[in-house]
Amino acid sequence: MPIPIAEKLKILAGAAKYDVSCASSGSKRTNSAQGFGNATYGGICHSFTEDGRCISLLKVMLTNYCINDCAYCISRSSNDIPRATFTVKELVTLTSEFYRRNYIEGLFLSSGILKNADYTMERMVAVAKELRLNEHYNGYIHLKAIPGASRKLIHEAGLYADRLSVNMEIASEPNLKMLAPQKDYNSILTPMHVIKDEIVQNAEERRKFRRAPRFSPAGQSTQLIIGATNDTDYRILNVATNLYKGQNLKRVYYSGYLPVNSYDNRLPAIVSPPLKRENRLYQADWLLRFYYFSVDEIVNPTHQLLDLDVDPKLAYALRNPHLFPIDVNTASYELLLRVPGIGVKSAQIIVRARRYRKLNVTNLKKIGVVLKRARYFIVCNELPNVTIQDLKPESVKRQIMLSETTPRRTKKELYTQLELFPH
Amino acid sequence: MNIFLYDGTFEGFLSAVFYAYARKVFPDKICGNNLFQKDMFAEEFTVYTNTEYAQRVWNGIEKKASKFICQKVFRVFLSEMSDVEMLLFDYIKLTLGSRFSIDEDYSNSTVLEFNNIYKKVTREAQKVVMFVRFQKTADGIYFAPFDPAYNVLSLTINHFKERFADQQWVIYDTRRNYGFYYNLHDVEEVRISDSNINFFTGKVNKDAMDDSELNFQEIWNCYYQSTTIKERKNLKLHKQFLPKRFWKYLPEKNFLEDR
Ligand code: SF4
Repeated sequence: MPIPIAEKLKILAGAAKYDVSCASSGSKRTNSAQGFGNATYGGICHSFTEDGRCISLLKVMLTNYCINDCAYCISRSSNDIPRATFTVKELVTLTSEFYRRNYIEGLFLSSGILKNADYTMERMVAVAKELRLNEHYNGYIHLKAIPGASRKLIHEAGLYADRLSVNMEIASEPNLKMLAPQKDYNSILTPMHVIKDEIVQNAEERRKFRRAPRFSPAGQSTQLIIGATNDTDYRILNVATNLYKGQNLKRVYYSGYLPVNSYDNRLPAIVSPPLKRENRLYQADWLLRFYYFSVDEIVNPTHQLLDLDVDPKLAYALRNPHLFPIDVNTASYELLLRVPGIGVKSAQIIVRARRYRKLNVTNLKKIGVVLKRARYFIVCNELPNVTIQDLKPESVKRQIMLSETTPRRTKKELYTQLELFPH
Repeated sequence: MNIFLYDGTFEGFLSAVFYAYARKVFPDKICGNNLFQKDMFAEEFTVYTNTEYAQRVWNGIEKKASKFICQKVFRVFLSEMSDVEMLLFDYIKLTLGSRFSIDEDYSNSTVLEFNNIYKKVTREAQKVVMFVRFQKTADGIYFAPFDPAYNVLSLTINHFKERFADQQWVIYDTRRNYGFYYNLHDVEEVRISDSNINFFTGKVNKDAMDDSELNFQEIWNCYYQSTTIKERKNLKLHKQFLPKRFWKYLPEKNFLEDR
């Protein structure tokens, strides 16, 4: 008896939800003459889950049947769980009906491996192709490339998808081999290379022939699982940087390991995912991409783990008191960005607003600078304040942490409420 | 005290600015007719809306600043906040009176307030784009009610027109009782009085719905439930991102309650 579509959706969305990437951004696809849908550059969230994640895409698996047995994965072949496979038609209907009601920005399709990589990839490509060519759908499509899929299929996938990605999952090869014996870095890096090459080649073609079709216009991304192995933050951030530089990745996502297969003793015994560490990694990643930091300024061979107490930018400032205080009325934009409590937005506003007059504390507050943090690291057009030069870094840290802890909340609650830097 | 009375439209407001400059009478308060409460000690000036005068003020701002600033002025007006007219008047006066752009002078409280409201209005328009939900009706029109805090529907029309170019749709402001209808070619402003639509809940009557509509709402709700990671539940964060005032439009937040 065929499984009803709602049942399938429960199974296949439930299995896909652990893939964290929610971005629907980075692509500007305009609607065609008779079609529907477009991709907006900033991406749009249409709902939020009760765990506070943005729902932007219909994120499902084509199937959760899989021939592989990766230890960290709920769909591994040795798990006894309900399984299902969508037909191409079902996925096309769901995507376009949801899209037309403004529920979603598009489709995010991953999959377990049926028979072999190419067999699976072929069906995934068929979904994207049908949506684009038959339905005239111009919304967002993100496809996961299956490790080991042929170059030809990856090429075809990139013609219909806005973004392609291959999950790296584990930040070092020996650990990957231990947890996922059927995988190796080669099968992951090869499709990454193919995607990168195709993107570069496509950019050249488009320079010559403006009407050449776009290949994966929103680039590629990957995901790393945090806390399933002994890989340090130093290792993880270096891997991420190499991927950003070497493979031109647009995003690296960090996903705190959820103990889905706790019976497997190759995995650490934990009760809840390392959310705090995950958050600190995102903050560090943010510093790498938008704040002109290098990995070694955030973690290094002697300090291989991020400080869980304070965010990596504050940690950096506390380790380098000699760089502060800086004068907000003269410091360069890059330097302003290094001040805890000054974000990209406030730094930009400071640079513009100080052209009119010298800024004082009241101005800074209105601009949105978090003075509780920043005051120890800056001087402005006012009487000198007590800075990190007058106090020890330790006491600055204590004072900041104290000022940000409201006594009624327990520590545990605070951990789960940590927010990422604003997107 | 000088009080200017105008008709509450944007054009009317710009006409009031023109009036002030033309007669060299500067207002202490600018008031939409219907909101006006008599004040014994105030002198009243009634401003008549004049398209040409309004256009001249608009062009003046554009010449002195930019198109973008004009757009900002319009958006701040849409906030409908009390006394926003005076704030706008002060802002425009600053703009017209300065030799260079004042829009980034954040240490000036008028400029700061102006920009804060601008941000709020823009964010509210973004919320419409995010949380509008279409219900497909039996005659094939996709209908979406909304109750935005500011009068921002018009700001979202291009987005929806571009995106849903091959389907007929209506987006309706239930608080201000007007909306926009896209007929596959153009968008027109409409006022609906249809007993098939419950303006309080924003729901289309079951009989007037497309046969598949409830089915897709249910499947969507199903998706929403299964995509949540229970181990990471954080309702405080959830409500911060998805404020309760929008829940009534979201099948994923109210589908079960209806049945
Ligand atoms: S190949 Fe993918 S779906 Fe299959 S077990 Fe490994 S991680 Fe899970």
